Amino acid sequence: MSELVLPLYFPKGRLVLMSLWPELELVLPEVSKPARYIGGEGGMAKPEHHPSKVSWLLAYPDTYEIGLPNQGLQILYEILNERDDAVAERAYAPWVDMEAEMRAAGLPLFSVDTHRRAADFDVLAFNLSAELVYTNVLNCIDLAGAPVRADLRGDGDLLIGAGGHCTYNPEPLADFVDFFVLGDGEEAVSEINTVVLDWKRAGKKSRQRVLRELAAVEGVYVPSLYDVVYDGPELVSITPRFADVPAVVEKRTVADLAAWPYPKHQLVPLTEVVHDRLNVEVFRGCTRGCRFCQAGMITRPVRERPAEQVRTMVADGLARSGYDEVALTSLSTADFSGIEEVVAATMDCGAGEVSVSLPSLRVDAFTVGLAAQIQRARRTGLTFAPEAGSWRMRRVINKLIDERDLYGAVESAFSQGWRRMKLYFLTGLPTETDVDTLAIGELARNCVELGKAHTKNPSVTVSLGGFVPKPFTPFQWFGQNTVAELQRKVFLLRDDIKRNRGVQMKWHDPKASLAEGIASRGDRRIGRVIEEVWRQGGTFQEWSEHFDYDRWTQAMDRHGLSVDWYVYRHRTEDEVLPWDHLSAGLHKDFLWQDWRDALNEVGLEDCRWTPCYDCGACTGYSIEHIVASAVPPAGGSQGTGQVPTDFLPPAAVAVRLSGVGTGT
Amino acid sequence: MNPNEAPRTRVRLRYSKAGRIRFTSHRDVARIWERSLRRTGLPVAQTEGFSPRAKLHFGLALATGYESDAEYLDVDFKRADIAVTDVLDALLSVLPDGIAATGAAVLAPGAMSLQQAVTSCDWDIELLGVTADDLARWVDRVCGATTLMVTRERKGRQITDDMAPQVRALEVGEPTSRGVRLLATLGTQPRAARPSELLAAFEPGYRPVLVRRTRQWIEQDGARLEPLEVGAAPAQRTMVGVQ
Ligand code: SF4
Repeated sequence: MSELVLPLYFPKGRLVLMSLWPELELVLPEVSKPARYIGGEGGMAKPEHHPSKVSWLLAYPDTYEIGLPNQGLQILYEILNERDDAVAERAYAPWVDMEAEMRAAGLPLFSVDTHRRAADFDVLAFNLSAELVYTNVLNCIDLAGAPVRADLRGDGDLLIGAGGHCTYNPEPLADFVDFFVLGDGEEAVSEINTVVLDWKRAGKKSRQRVLRELAAVEGVYVPSLYDVVYDGPELVSITPRFADVPAVVEKRTVADLAAWPYPKHQLVPLTEVVHDRLNVEVFRGCTRGCRFCQAGMITRPVRERPAEQVRTMVADGLARSGYDEVALTSLSTADFSGIEEVVAATMDCGAGEVSVSLPSLRVDAFTVGLAAQIQRARRTGLTFAPEAGSWRMRRVINKLIDERDLYGAVESAFSQGWRRMKLYFLTGLPTETDVDTLAIGELARNCVELGKAHTKNPSVTVSLGGFVPKPFTPFQWFGQNTVAELQRKVFLLRDDIKRNRGVQMKWHDPKASLAEGIASRGDRRIGRVIEEVWRQGGTFQEWSEHFDYDRWTQAMDRHGLSVDWYVYRHRTEDEVLPWDHLSAGLHKDFLWQDWRDALNEVGLEDCRWTPCYDCGACTGYSIEHIVASAVPPAGGSQGTGQVPTDFLPPAAVAVRLSGVGTGT
Repeated sequence: MNPNEAPRTRVRLRYSKAGRIRFTSHRDVARIWERSLRRTGLPVAQTEGFSPRAKLHFGLALATGYESDAEYLDVDFKRADIAVTDVLDALLSVLPDGIAATGAAVLAPGAMSLQQAVTSCDWDIELLGVTADDLARWVDRVCGATTLMVTRERKGRQITDDMAPQVRALEVGEPTSRGVRLLATLGTQPRAARPSELLAAFEPGYRPVLVRRTRQWIEQDGARLEPLEVGAAPAQRTMVGVQ
């Protein structure tokens, strides 16, 4: 103990201790939720640093509570720590009070595992799950002690990387991040490690050299190696500056999830976090084809984990963690082959009562059987995502669940004892009229009515989000609704719902949707806006108490960038998109056709159970779906031949399927 | 058989909390215990209803950031034949770094809850920014005062209490490498007095860097007992790790 505190009395620079703990210990009593900064989770690695290893600081640019459960980060943390030539620790964005204390005490960003300075690592890698955290990324780089702009960083500075869904349009962060990884990181991270290790062994001589070598790793995008040409507001081209740098960076896809049973030791935090339970990913990818959903588009094809492996991971995870709740995660868990058996097996595998939660439930696959299974142990809240109120609107977005399915699912839930449920909707969708918006209220009221047969006070909460178009989706060309228009629709629905007891409504701030829209489809010039919002103190922008709309719009003005140009206008077929030099496997003409189909209210079936229509996600990489069941889950209306005949015009289907399969 | 009539054993556990885990809250520690006990596979009794939970009864909350050698927790088991040595053995490998079970005893039926029974705690407080002499003078002053009025805020209202009866003992301890130590015994009934309140009220400049609860006491019939010594009839007492 006395050894640890000695450095406090040493003149600066005489003795540098690896751990900042003795200093942090003095600061932590002054901040809220100090347990955010202590690490010590169950399953934590015992990091052993060595000059012959690349050291990674994996950072989640939001609070510990939000970031700790992130599965992507935990998977890479384990994979790296299993390697002999790598060591990984974790960091999270310090909350504003902690940041103030740290800056006052001269303390840098640190790892929570061993409380090492960020600057003592070789690589600082961020997980980007949402655009509004971008200012936090800059703040973390700054707190780490490195220049935020990549071109100002020298040989001795950290390499800054990023992965996660937002990297499909990395341009707004291109000036700040050295390299981005597109797609699944399981394999890429080791290849990157090898490149960085060579560079480290050679004495970290030339930063240029390591960046060039990183660009040669499949799935890695190094923005500084590309020239961007504009013509006025228009983007003309993004092209590599060297012949050995790829003109188009392709995403990485892990062919078989069974080969990656991670995390094997899910971290069990000492303090409460979101999703505070065992999480087991049952499949990756989704081909339901919802047109607004970026996650579904960029993670194709569907790769199911074998049911047996799911059971093992659940049983081991529960025994190791002591959790009594497990979430079977994916983009649409009810679609998992044989889901009812897996849920039943899961609930029986703990010592005591184990409850199972299924995030992202599709109503058309939610059956009475499933409802009965998951309510056996514990009734957690139930959330469905119809996304749109009217059948017409759902055809536009290709969320092909008809009312019978939704009411069937709601009925199942109420009949099995649930009294409350949450329904997610989007507003501001393409072609949306007030009829569609008001249909949300109608739907919610009908759900409450259904519940009255089973319970005295059924309650339905409508959660309404403003739609923000995302790259690599058919809606990437759509002009986002203005703040005023979104606000009008929110109030329209709120006033409509107000009259009804049993229906509550929550909504996302339309102004935050604008800021998200700026970052979501922005080009490299938006980096200046992000930097300015950050410099003005705009961190934690995804937290309503810290979000500052004026900072965003003023920064746009100051840099002569038009919100209308970046967010509100419809984009054209021939224009160069800021992510055209990247690929999620999806053919651009497939996306464009799907966009036209959307406007014509033409649906598209799930290729998991119907013939391939060559979107490119499998065909381009010589991989395919891994799905145990040849048929969709019971009760589905999509891809099952139960789709009402009025909306799949035979001609359109025939064209899409020609040369690929026989169709149905 | 009706589960309500199932034989029950209530075991009182003593544990320590030290190191970085001291920054977890009382609630966090409760969750840590729930998960740890589940991992042992021991037959912990559950509450009835929609959301069954382990039947755990915690003692006085320890402020976030404080360490302790003497935290207590009562656990109900749904079997009569629970041996405290087995409980302690099972806990060895499941508790996180910084929390260790250091003793256990089976309680007699009807034993008072920890919150009601504990009457005082010993504290070891490490202070920065004060010399041993100044601290000694401060201790004399506080001990000499007949009343120690402290104002605190509760639910938006100012409440003023006299802390004097709560200050049972106060003395200067051996210095540490970075500061001085104050040893205090503070009463816990009807409300547990906190070391930070005492300091903040009478010497805001004294900065506690480390506060450690070293003992909890139950005063009963003129005797001062450690909570593990209370409850079980002497003949049935089963204790481990207690002198
Ligand atoms: S390539 Fe074919 S099978 Fe694969 S996701 Fe696209 S449409 Fe489906």
